[in-house]
Amino acid sequence: MTNLFDALPTLDAEANRRLHQSLTDAAYAAGLLDVAYRTLDTPVGTLLLAATPKGLLRVAYASEGHDKVLETLAREVSPRLLLAPGRLDGAAREIEEYFAKRRSAFEVPLDLRLAHGFRRTVLLHLPEIGYGETASYAAVARASGNAKAVRAVGSACATNPLPVVVPCHRVVRSDGSIGEYVGGVEAKRALLALEAAA
Amino acid sequence: MSRKPFEQIVAAHGPTVLRVCRALLGPTEAEDAWSETFLAALAAYPRLRPNSNIEAWLVTIAHRKAVDHLRAASRRPIPTDPLPQLAYRDRGLTGWETGLWPALKALPARQRQAIAYHHLAGLSYREVARIVGGTEAGARRAAADGIATLRKTFLEGVPR
Repeated sequence: MTNLFDALPTLDAEANRRLHQSLTDAAYAAGLLDVAYRTLDTPVGTLLLAATPKGLLRVAYASEGHDKVLETLAREVSPRLLLAPGRLDGAAREIEEYFAKRRSAFEVPLDLRLAHGFRRTVLLHLPEIGYGETASYAAVARASGNAKAVRAVGSACATNPLPVVVPCHRVVRSDGSIGEYVGGVEAKRALLALEAAA
Repeated sequence: MSRKPFEQIVAAHGPTVLRVCRALLGPTEAEDAWSETFLAALAAYPRLRPNSNIEAWLVTIAHRKAVDHLRAASRRPIPTDPLPQLAYRDRGLTGWETGLWPALKALPARQRQAIAYHHLAGLSYREVARIVGGTEAGARRAAADGIATLRKTFLEGVPR
């Protein structure tokens, strides 16, 4: 039977690319694109960016496993999730500017629905640590309204759904050592060095 | 119940559904039907029962979309090509748009559907019958009759 249908291409990459684009456009227009995502190559590796119509939802390091992150988003936010780079142009531009040292603060709207309770409170306070500065876990705990919750600040940073953009990399240990980081200590060092050199 | 990101559904099944739409509707309308199929699938996806056969589900939606297109087309007058004396291939028309599609288009819709769902999408005749109606044996016969005609019109030519 195969030779009868040889004339009908099995994979028409050009048509599939065009159709994918029109699907993401139509899905967005119909309010069905719950989560859009793309990847972005940066000095700290390839980042996964995902957004809802409300704002940037997730930034993920390669070490977190992008496929795993997407499956988690499909489960916890919505399975209506499509590769739609155009929907993330704004976020991608700001992150590129940040790595090119042309941006010291992010303006892109954020969707913090993946962070709850005290962790969310911590994330909301992190942008108070200025570009090129650092703060201790204890200081962030105080700023977040619970001076005793130093460990909880650590876990809020470790589970930050928006690393780089929400600057958990600026939180270090009270003794001045760098502490841990969701993207690995090397990435944290690289971001702090980038900001210090500005 | 968790579902895979819809992107994985498009990546895994998009090309096959495009082949099916092309075999049902030809080069021009196939892409519209593909887009309508995946948009409808995206809308319904969160309600899809877990462990469903995704390909059969998509083909079912594509079938309905294609039927809508065919119904609209039937309201327009269509010039019907007389059965060619020479097979398309013998006239050098081996391509999709110039040869295979005109040969497919000349088939009754039900044969075209049975061929597309079984031979291109790989569905069983049982599933084909569930989509197009009728019995499993009827679906098998429609596909076989269609293939026999295609062999004549596309590959071998009609004996004079």
